[in-house]
Amino acid sequence: MKIGANLLIGGLLFAAVVIAGTLAPWLAHTDPVMDADLLYAEEPPGAAFWFGTDAQGRDIYSRVLYGARISLTVGIISQLINTVIGVCLGVSAGYWGGWWDDFVSGLTNMMLAIPSLVFALAIMAILNPGLSSLLIALGLTNWSFTCRLARASTLSLKSQGYVQAAKVLGYSDVRIMLTQLLPNMLGPIIVIGTLGMGGAVLAEAALSFLGLGIRPPFPSWGSMLSDARDQITTAPWISIFPGVAIFVTVLGLNLLGDGLRDILDPQSRSRRA
Amino acid sequence: MTGQALLEVEDLRIDLSVNGRRYPAVQDVSFSIRRGETFGLVGESGCGKSITALALIGLLRNPLSIGGGSIRFDGQELRDLSPDGIRKLRGSRISMIFQEPMTALNPLSPVGRQIAEMFALHKGANWREAERQAVEALARVRVPAPERRVKDYPHQLSGGMRQRVMIAMALACGPDLLLADEPTTALDVTVQAEILDLIRELSAAQGTAVLMISHDLGLIANMCQNVGVMYAGRLVEQRAADNIFLAPRHPYTQGLLAALPLLGARSKFGRKKLKEIEGVVPPVVAFPTGCRFNPRCHAATDLCRAEDPVVTSLPDSGLVRCHYHD
Repeated sequence: MKIGANLLIGGLLFAAVVIAGTLAPWLAHTDPVMDADLLYAEEPPGAAFWFGTDAQGRDIYSRVLYGARISLTVGIISQLINTVIGVCLGVSAGYWGGWWDDFVSGLTNMMLAIPSLVFALAIMAILNPGLSSLLIALGLTNWSFTCRLARASTLSLKSQGYVQAAKVLGYSDVRIMLTQLLPNMLGPIIVIGTLGMGGAVLAEAALSFLGLGIRPPFPSWGSMLSDARDQITTAPWISIFPGVAIFVTVLGLNLLGDGLRDILDPQSRSRRA
Repeated sequence: MTGQALLEVEDLRIDLSVNGRRYPAVQDVSFSIRRGETFGLVGESGCGKSITALALIGLLRNPLSIGGGSIRFDGQELRDLSPDGIRKLRGSRISMIFQEPMTALNPLSPVGRQIAEMFALHKGANWREAERQAVEALARVRVPAPERRVKDYPHQLSGGMRQRVMIAMALACGPDLLLADEPTTALDVTVQAEILDLIRELSAAQGTAVLMISHDLGLIANMCQNVGVMYAGRLVEQRAADNIFLAPRHPYTQGLLAALPLLGARSKFGRKKLKEIEGVVPPVVAFPTGCRFNPRCHAATDLCRAEDPVVTSLPDSGLVRCHYHD
């Protein structure tokens, strides 16, 4: 199987971010929160401070590395929550039909009608800012696409011979969903999940930028951008590097998602061939 | 293998709901199958054979539903069972194989695993034990090198091999009744014969009764002791296989037999034309009044068009539904 350029570049970018986040304690030069030194405030990038320093004299390179941990944690875990919710609702709705399907479809349409960021904002406004609230807010608001996909796949799969055969041979509904339906729709679900992860990273940055996500002084890329607003003309590096980090992560995830789709979606594969 | 009936279907009626109205897609169907017996259900497409089989195992889906009658399996009324109760019968005591071996296996799961799942599901076997039994089950359906084949995925197998795997799955738990819905229609002729031999042999070995659904009269003549001919949702003739093929009583049965192509048959004027029964099976919502076969029957009279014939017993203990059965 030929590995596409999308998959390769996306995978490398995403891997770089994952490595940066995991190895942050060893790669960073200073502690991202505690090592503030006003004597070195707003130093431009150079040999000592690779990405420069911010208004409090903290090393931006170190803060960007630690920021990757927060972005990835939020991106991966909240998207996992979304995927689990979306798949459970979508598969059961598609398989059982009836009032449950009407209910789930209605709920999905409602979720699609409200912009998920606005919904997440509302949840964050109720909960205290912090990592776990972020996971809840982003994990509960972005499952509608997964749900629709899972429901549509279920509808087409459940008329397949092997699903009928499983029913005839005495499989219970849940067993059919787990052994016959889920494995056969996993490809598109993974693609949507990867693309959604990029969205979750962006949403985290946006919420933190607005002061509703990770609070300063902890290094989230969104809150770093927010802090850097006043110095954007005098010390642009304070905003450029966290911005680039967000860009690289989201670009990497989107390319990875597209690349996975090329491999996992038989229709796009045959189109290319 | 005595005369005790394993499955008794009485006055089964299956309703088709269209816009709130209910039409009988299957009506007055009664038959019984003894242990170890093979019963054939014959008829054209759309006459209600397959939905009768699905009704037996409680798998009718909207817009179809059982409208009346009784289905007794081993003395137990299946219509009284809960959905979960009847699910537990499926695969363990009543099993089914289908027409389409190409799509009846999960493409993402090795075939051995799919067979093993039956032992794990119905017999509570652990995985190692279940996988060992899967190899044996594959050997029983005469798949060569079963210990290697269990690791194969369905796309690596031919149609005949897949149907063998299906049979292995269906017979894994030694069911009392096997529903075979056109099990060989999608296979080529030599493979057909092998698969039929296999079904016959395994069902005989396990004492499994078989409900063989087909439109292939040759197959039915080969396999079955008793035959029911279905037309437009009703059994029109029901007799021992030998009798029905030697002396069919219902005009529909006669028509079906006359329509059989004979290898090498020639008329005086060269090629013999293949006979057919003119017309098609009427749709469920538009069954004709009187005998349902009357618009296509060569011997129909005013009586046939006005009055529904009742079931009559024949001297050979067969049943026929025709005004002019003799």
